[in-house]
Amino acid sequence: MTSVVIVDDHHLFRAGVRAELDGLVDVLGDAATVEDAVRMVLDAKPDVVLLDVQMPGGGGVEVIRQVAARAPGQRFLALSVSDAAEDVIAIIRSGARGYVTKTISGAELADAVRRVAEGDAVFSPRLAGFVLDAFAGAASLPPAEVDPELDQLSPREREVLRHIARGYLYKEIALRLSISQKTVEAHVSAVLRKLQLSNRHELSRWAVERRLIE
Amino acid sequence: MTAVTAQPLRRDVEHGIVAGVCSGVANRLGIDPIILRVAVGAATLAGGTGLIVYLLAWALVPEQGGRSPSWARLAGRRDTWLVLSGSTLLLLSVLLLLREWGLWFSDAVVWPVLLAGGGAALIWRQSAASPPPAAPPPAAPERARPDRPVDPVRALRLPTPAAGPAAIGATLVIAAALVFLWLNDALAPARDVILAVLVVVVALTLILAPWWLRLVRGLTAERAERIRSQERSELAAHLHDSVLQTLALVQKRADDPRAVANLARRQERELRAWLDGGRPDPGESLASALEAAAAEVEETHGVPIDVVAVGDAPVDERATALVAAAREALVNAAKFAGGAPVQLYAEVGEDRTEVFVRDRGPGFDPDAVPDDRRGLRESIYGRMDRHGGRAVVHSSPGAGTEVELVIER
Repeated sequence: MTSVVIVDDHHLFRAGVRAELDGLVDVLGDAATVEDAVRMVLDAKPDVVLLDVQMPGGGGVEVIRQVAARAPGQRFLALSVSDAAEDVIAIIRSGARGYVTKTISGAELADAVRRVAEGDAVFSPRLAGFVLDAFAGAASLPPAEVDPELDQLSPREREVLRHIARGYLYKEIALRLSISQKTVEAHVSAVLRKLQLSNRHELSRWAVERRLIE
Repeated sequence: MTAVTAQPLRRDVEHGIVAGVCSGVANRLGIDPIILRVAVGAATLAGGTGLIVYLLAWALVPEQGGRSPSWARLAGRRDTWLVLSGSTLLLLSVLLLLREWGLWFSDAVVWPVLLAGGGAALIWRQSAASPPPAAPPPAAPERARPDRPVDPVRALRLPTPAAGPAAIGATLVIAAALVFLWLNDALAPARDVILAVLVVVVALTLILAPWWLRLVRGLTAERAERIRSQERSELAAHLHDSVLQTLALVQKRADDPRAVANLARRQERELRAWLDGGRPDPGESLASALEAAAAEVEETHGVPIDVVAVGDAPVDERATALVAAAREALVNAAKFAGGAPVQLYAEVGEDRTEVFVRDRGPGFDPDAVPDDRRGLRESIYGRMDRHGGRAVVHSSPGAGTEVELVIER
């Protein structure tokens, strides 16, 4: 069974997630602070860390930063009540392999955890919308300034993201686009990689417009 | 996503010896403060310049966490100085030309009159311009988030632009009087008295200036504190009116899960909208209009609707039609999807706007819908047709329904 550690500063919420995931995945433990979380993740080495975005002491971004310095392969799935673009994009850019909102059902969450454990990316409709928005500006730039490997989404990747934003599941997208589910997953992983590695000014400019950087 | 910002120059009182000037400057330059301290000491012993520079810096450089002095902002405005020096030079060249031609009274009259005229002009222009020139253009709407209140320093800023020119004007007038007296040899008897007065004034200034500056800064800090506590009470009032009320209702209706879920959902939406402060008005933004329509349907039918919008556009006639059609599609989804969540996705592109409304309900066969069902035929197909757009319904029994609305721009 896939093993997870739950990191969240709200006790009630940790208990709730634990109860919902009971029997679906193997919960190794939970932590309420950045320090505890880093220690526990490094000790327990779970397949996936379920990570709250907003916590005192730097939040999920800080946990990822400290763990990644010592255990670079650790996989994170962000689980947040915030759907503010700045929080979501920041946690993904710092290394989380997906983002789901806290209203997700237990079965869907367990499924998302398993997919992250297998190395896939998990995009909610909202995250797909943010990403489409972030990459939208790059199309209007002179080609010389754009690194297509990192700064642009391919037409197929855009199409996959649009379907996620419209509320389709991976297998439904595969059916509609007449491709395999593996190919859909590969497209989403490619988008994740671009989102994390692109230094595109568009991403920063977009962030400024959304008042992410003062 | 990090912005590198230069740290402003601040006195570092905590690590300083006298007033933290050397320590602050050293911080800014990234060198050891001891180097600056030795330099200032040496300059003080050799002629006293070190002491003067130090005292000036003490007065002008604010403490860490304090506010920047107002003169810095005025002097920072490049156009002020350009216009000033330009017109002065122009006037000077005309006068020198007149002097060369002999159209001239005498040096003892013209120069003082000129100085006094300039000074008086500056002062009078200032008082004539009251009510004071329009306040700086309103800053972009602040996000009133509880963790980041409106910058109290900005709210406190005094209308200082008036003070600078008036002070310069007064200096010019006084200088004119002095020059006039001096050129007419009327100053010699007064010189000793003036010197004495001057020395006393300088001494008093040196003694009292730090105390006065502290007083001014103390007042500023107090006002900032007052504004902060005002913000806190506003926040408390808002939470009381909204969140606490909802929590009370939730407790009362704890036996009705559907009502509780609806209450929670509505409160969540309100709180998000409030946290998101600067969101545009539904009358002006297509994305906001869609969100408002979704919120309304959600409340009436008690079905959660998630809205994801990419891009935005102003609301024109066709956008209004699009929102109305989307609203109808949402109502259909809420009615027939059996309470399952509904997803609305809108994408505003360069040449077209698309809206997708998807539900995970039982689905139906679009061709089998009877013609008298006005909802789909009139409110969706007809409306989109009339505005040069189109509507497509993808659905089959068991696979949910998706309504696709497209308007070319």
